[in-house]
Amino acid sequence: MATQELCRVVHREELAPQRVRLILDAPSIAPHAHCGQFVHIACGEARLLRRPISICTAEGTQLHIVFQAKGEGTQWLAARKPGDTLDVLGALGNGFAVERLGTAPIFIGGGIGVPPLLYAMRCAVESGATPTAILGFRTQEEVILASAFASYGTTLVATDDGSYGLPGFVTTVLQQHLAPTAQTVPTPPTTGIAACGPRPMLQAIATLARQAGIPCQVSLEERMGCGIGACLVCACALRDPAYETGTRYGHVCKDGPVFDAKEVVW
Amino acid sequence: MSEHIAEGRNAVDRPVDMHVDFCGVSFQNPITTASGTFGFGHEYSAYFDLSKLGGIGVKGLTPTERQGNPAPRIAETPAGILNCVGLQNPGVDRFITEQLPYLRQFDTNIIANVSGNTVEEYAQMVAALSDADAGQGVDLIELNVSCPNVKCGGMAFGTQPQMVEEVVAAAKRQAKKPLIVKLSPNVTDIAEIARAAVSAGADALSLINTLLGMRIDIESRRPILSNTMGGLSGPAVFPVAVRMVYQVRQAVDVPILGMGGIRTGKDAIEMLLAGADLLAIGTVLFRDPCAPIRILTEMQDWMATHGVRSVRELSGAVEVRS
Repeated sequence: MATQELCRVVHREELAPQRVRLILDAPSIAPHAHCGQFVHIACGEARLLRRPISICTAEGTQLHIVFQAKGEGTQWLAARKPGDTLDVLGALGNGFAVERLGTAPIFIGGGIGVPPLLYAMRCAVESGATPTAILGFRTQEEVILASAFASYGTTLVATDDGSYGLPGFVTTVLQQHLAPTAQTVPTPPTTGIAACGPRPMLQAIATLARQAGIPCQVSLEERMGCGIGACLVCACALRDPAYETGTRYGHVCKDGPVFDAKEVVW
Repeated sequence: MSEHIAEGRNAVDRPVDMHVDFCGVSFQNPITTASGTFGFGHEYSAYFDLSKLGGIGVKGLTPTERQGNPAPRIAETPAGILNCVGLQNPGVDRFITEQLPYLRQFDTNIIANVSGNTVEEYAQMVAALSDADAGQGVDLIELNVSCPNVKCGGMAFGTQPQMVEEVVAAAKRQAKKPLIVKLSPNVTDIAEIARAAVSAGADALSLINTLLGMRIDIESRRPILSNTMGGLSGPAVFPVAVRMVYQVRQAVDVPILGMGGIRTGKDAIEMLLAGADLLAIGTVLFRDPCAPIRILTEMQDWMATHGVRSVRELSGAVEVRS
């Protein structure tokens, strides 16, 4: 259930340059938050639109968000201090359906798409699954949350420049994981994939999942307005056989942000 | 429950008269929602009781379902937004069967909003909505001749007096509900368009729709919006809206539904003084989903402290320097 709440910032921490974690006291939002949902945060009087931020995790009445200070809005948000108050709508959207990812799911995050998968991986563990995480970053200094993921299961970190963990993209790591060679440690067959990150990465993962016949859920991003499904600006093309064209526009904020990869028109 | 919502709950008990009569339809207060910013109400019902609104302006309807434009459909601007949604909607028939019964459970007026590609399409939709009997049908019909985001129709109708007359006259012949004509601000002389609409039978006018605008991503050198241009709304357009409502008030003698960038109760009072009888709240909803209730409360507080007993005293009461 979504609500509007004035949330106090209780903790601020820079995990990496321009990558900030805020912990919010959100007694009306946090207990109802599902993994993969987002909150819509007013970022100062100078910006009319709220900023959608994925929920990294929720513990009791506290909500953890991890985001990149990229534009003016998120830079304002990143400058908040403990004791400050934020105007938050949440928890919004449809999150990951972890129960449909089976007993051996893989959670794949790219860059600032990594945070929401932490909550998803925790939910998988709590439901008795044995999850694996594959986290990709451009370079070592952008690596975040790796040890938090490792506390829930096998966590493979890759960097584009090879400065930390495995060299290359998460898709390369995923391919190796799905088709282990004699040299690699055998793992149980993957039963599902959940991914969040840049669209080309998600598209490549969706292709690999389809080829391997594995269910795949992706968390999409789009420029948003209201965040609750009324203004219809965050359109994303979805397959729908009910339409002559075979596609229709759904909306990331309400129908998503998490979609079945097979539904998405890439 | 947030403080915003809690404040809204007390709004009805202020000792000021907020009642407005608009084209013979009774409004418990002058606050409605602007078409295109409120969907069909479902989403906002989680944030406040829709029965507290004077009326609900629903998403713009077309004869058949429209998918709208690709993303990106929105760009933020200083104190506003540009949008190019492109009238994504389920079509007028599905609105009547699927959405109207839901909306009718709330104790508020429903304002349908229609857009066509041809004069005939406008007339057909007005006929269909006039005869809709889900619950009690709709209360008023707003003719959108001013959408900047569709290739045919929309703004093309609303920027030429002759076209306005033609489409309004055709719609009026089919209308069994009060007909509001929504004007485009993208014209040189808004009074001329207003007179054309009224002469063709408009029962009321609403203004302003969005102002045509554009933004460019300087890194990629491409327009931000998929449709290149879009409609500007939000506080940035408020002074333009006040000016145009004032000009239209001077030009014609029908009730005015004023909108465009209203953000606070004081903005609402200002829009009434300019000449509006009824108000619509739009883009500010994206910032504050409870904005209509907050604005209503702020208006009542302002009226109480300024000794204004009835909201009707304010309409057109601007005192222009002689």
